[in-house]
Amino acid sequence: MPGDVTGRALPRVDGRDKVTGRARFAVDVAFPGMLHAAVVRSMAAHARIVGVDAAAAAAGPGVVAVVTAGDLGGLFPRFGHIVADHPVLATGKVRYHGEPVALVVAGTKAEAEDAAATVEVAYEDLPAVLTPPEALARGAPLLHDEESERGDETFGEAHSPRSGTNVAHGVDSGWGDVDAALRGAAAVVETEAHFPMLYAYAMEPYAATARWVGGALEVHTGAQHPFMVRDDLARIFRLPASRVRVVSEYIGGGYGSKSYTKVEPLAAVAALLAGGPVKVVLDVEGSILTTRADPARVRVRTGFADDGGILARDVDIEMDGGAYADNGPLVLAKAAARCQGPYRVPALRVRGRTVYTNTAPSSSYRGFGAPQVTLAGELNMDMAAERLGIDPAEIRRLNLVKPGEELLPGKRPIDADLHADLEMVVQALESRGESRPARQGALRGTAFACSASDAGAYPVSTASVRVLADGSAVVSSGSTEMGQGSRTVLTQIAAQELGMEPADVRVVQGDTGTTPYERTTGASRTTTLTGTAVLRACADARDKLAAMLAESLGCSPAEVTVEPGRAVGPDGRVYAYADVVRRFFGAGAGEVVGLGIVRKEGQFAVLPPFWEIGMVGVSLDVDPDTGVATVDHLVTVGDVGFAINPAAVEGQDLGAATQGLGGALYEELLYDGPQLVNANVVDYRVPRMADMPRRIDTLIAQRGDGVGPYGAKGAGEGALNPIGAAVAAAVARATGRWPDRLPLTPERIWRLVHQPDKEGDDG
Amino acid sequence: MHASRVRGTVNGVAVDRDVPNRLTLAEFLRDELGLTGTKVSCELEVCGVCTVLVDGRPVSACTFLAVDIDGADVLTVEGLERDGELHPVQEAFIDEFAFQCGYCTPGFLMMSVALLARNPAPSADEIKEYLDGNICRCTGYRPIVQAVLTAAERLRAGAASGTEEARDAREAREASDAG
Repeated sequence: MPGDVTGRALPRVDGRDKVTGRARFAVDVAFPGMLHAAVVRSMAAHARIVGVDAAAAAAGPGVVAVVTAGDLGGLFPRFGHIVADHPVLATGKVRYHGEPVALVVAGTKAEAEDAAATVEVAYEDLPAVLTPPEALARGAPLLHDEESERGDETFGEAHSPRSGTNVAHGVDSGWGDVDAALRGAAAVVETEAHFPMLYAYAMEPYAATARWVGGALEVHTGAQHPFMVRDDLARIFRLPASRVRVVSEYIGGGYGSKSYTKVEPLAAVAALLAGGPVKVVLDVEGSILTTRADPARVRVRTGFADDGGILARDVDIEMDGGAYADNGPLVLAKAAARCQGPYRVPALRVRGRTVYTNTAPSSSYRGFGAPQVTLAGELNMDMAAERLGIDPAEIRRLNLVKPGEELLPGKRPIDADLHADLEMVVQALESRGESRPARQGALRGTAFACSASDAGAYPVSTASVRVLADGSAVVSSGSTEMGQGSRTVLTQIAAQELGMEPADVRVVQGDTGTTPYERTTGASRTTTLTGTAVLRACADARDKLAAMLAESLGCSPAEVTVEPGRAVGPDGRVYAYADVVRRFFGAGAGEVVGLGIVRKEGQFAVLPPFWEIGMVGVSLDVDPDTGVATVDHLVTVGDVGFAINPAAVEGQDLGAATQGLGGALYEELLYDGPQLVNANVVDYRVPRMADMPRRIDTLIAQRGDGVGPYGAKGAGEGALNPIGAAVAAAVARATGRWPDRLPLTPERIWRLVHQPDKEGDDG
Repeated sequence: MHASRVRGTVNGVAVDRDVPNRLTLAEFLRDELGLTGTKVSCELEVCGVCTVLVDGRPVSACTFLAVDIDGADVLTVEGLERDGELHPVQEAFIDEFAFQCGYCTPGFLMMSVALLARNPAPSADEIKEYLDGNICRCTGYRPIVQAVLTAAERLRAGAASGTEEARDAREAREASDAG
């Protein structure tokens, strides 16, 4: 029935495209005369570039151009939205093994790759720092010795690199007298936990195709935030933003890893210098060398009262940001903003550093710093529960903030019922869980974990809706479809607001040349912020239809009402939208354009736009002989206010939880010296179908407490954030030992099971 | 560059051309024939994204050489739809929300078609075992297992009532037997 399209699992509007192979991804883009570029990567971690000998490559079959930093004169050859420290091609020196040094452009990809292998780069090695402790040591060599231009104004003064050091960004924040509170505490519980270096492994590798058309640049890519990429490209080529068009059609997975600029500048400079369209498609190794996630060492000290109430928390965060800042400073800022967890913490001190090292650059990864700090924070709560002899659910009940309570001073009060969410997890685990392991001899551990993160990012969204003369509508949004289902949810919102069949609504997205501005597609924001912009665009279109009908009928707009799907004149006569448009313009033609904007005002005046809740439970079995952990039961709660498409919400939650299980049990990028040793999908193991938990409960809490359309708020990251902590605590209950790092590989678990007892420990 | 003559069919269409020996089947399908539905990811035969059927047998097109399809029938995701009608496996993937970004979907579809040709009534565990070589980073797999169960049920129902689905099932089985 028209107008009844929200709150139900409408099949994905991109379904047919995606099951027939017709959905066009960045890797599928092709233009006549298109050339292909291969990347020559650094063989040194930190070295001066003494010379590049590309004579053999230039003479190779099919080769059109070889591009190095020396060819980029006249450009501003760097990018980075927070700090423009990232050269398009290594300039003067290389800062990590695998950094792009040159591009070889040829008629085919094979020709480009063959020639790229012959490029000889001479290096003069510099001392390298491969870990944060090395980078922070006194006298450590500096990766960046020049000031770089600042980018993103919203980050502005918060960006605080420490000059003369390798600190890319530092945070010192908090409130209250932490030291006094810790001195007065009945117990001070300390936890140190290491979060692994991860790779999001979006299955579509980084890819971009660029061409120059009449002095304007057009880039087709898989970027989550095409407008951010546009701005970086405009600065590089000193062009007005109007002459740069960045298009993201369908994105083959993002999970944060396709936030911000990646390979687009490579394709664009190659196209400029080769004089034709150029495509760059990386392989998995090249993609890992482009962006990975931050590993972190997080120390949490929490002071508790006798009854388990939190008195104060002291947190120290050290993140490995790799060679370039990318979004690393914001990841740290977000990690710092999430150190209190979902708890009432009267005094908090956070000291955080993200450090430049001679490793692949890190940036956003689903959860944005929350998975890193939640691991230590939630383990700390479980350790405190054990120390104080309190049930793990009870210590959380005691400290969880209540609906409407402030979590961060001056920020939006919590817009969720965490207590009710926790009970959903506890009950699901209890009602379906068995305390005995599925297999004889296995060790069973059950745990849950919670998080609340400031989500939605900075609210800047615009959208338009065109109601056409036949009564159908086109919605335009600069947001992107990377699998999360935004195209479907925005279709549902517009169909609801305009009283149309979903099939009569088409949503176009992700094209800076044609769709209205959207700041980012990340931080679980699209349903809430873009959805509101679409809602407002539809309302604007209805207002305009009212004015048009009034003018056509010669009455006052107040005498006309326009509802979803119909307009009603002063005499009660009903008009279809198509009638209103045709009557107004004549000739059976015309259309109405409604605009909707979202900015930091009204319901979005107080940041964050919403809080994203993570609430998960895990029951697992550990085989004491092999150390293998098998997840028996997974519970997620999607606290989304209102599920515009419940199947999409469950998909986000299970997908996020599964990705989190990967980082908890299997995934870790490993450096051996300056080189990554497992930059491939054989050695970097991700969850597979046979790893699926035996039982899965994806629960949805709908309390209408979101600021988005119909009381909705976002999903996407929540279920990932606490999952590592839940797995670690479950392993602790199974083995009797507290793990201090992820992933909990069979070897690590086996060592926990078999580590010799400490002296005096009869346990 | 060394090349070889390749004659075969792709999605039922005859193909006859000289193919460079180094060209992978994925490159041949995507770049030479414009069949970009087949995707590439790991390039190591472990993610399943590039799966296509060669004489009914699932292969990784990322490493399978194009010259080796000489004399063979190749089926890609573009060949599943018949006269504008989706294959029951495609329909089930839509109905069960068995994809998000969709990049791994062509590979899962082809592997599922191969499974159902061999085993028209797989259990959830058999599905998990057969599809364990296909990676999906978005869904957490549960809806994919459900989609294959749903497709199997519909194909069996169709076979019982002798409809078009039965034809699909029969042809898939024949293709499989031929391999």
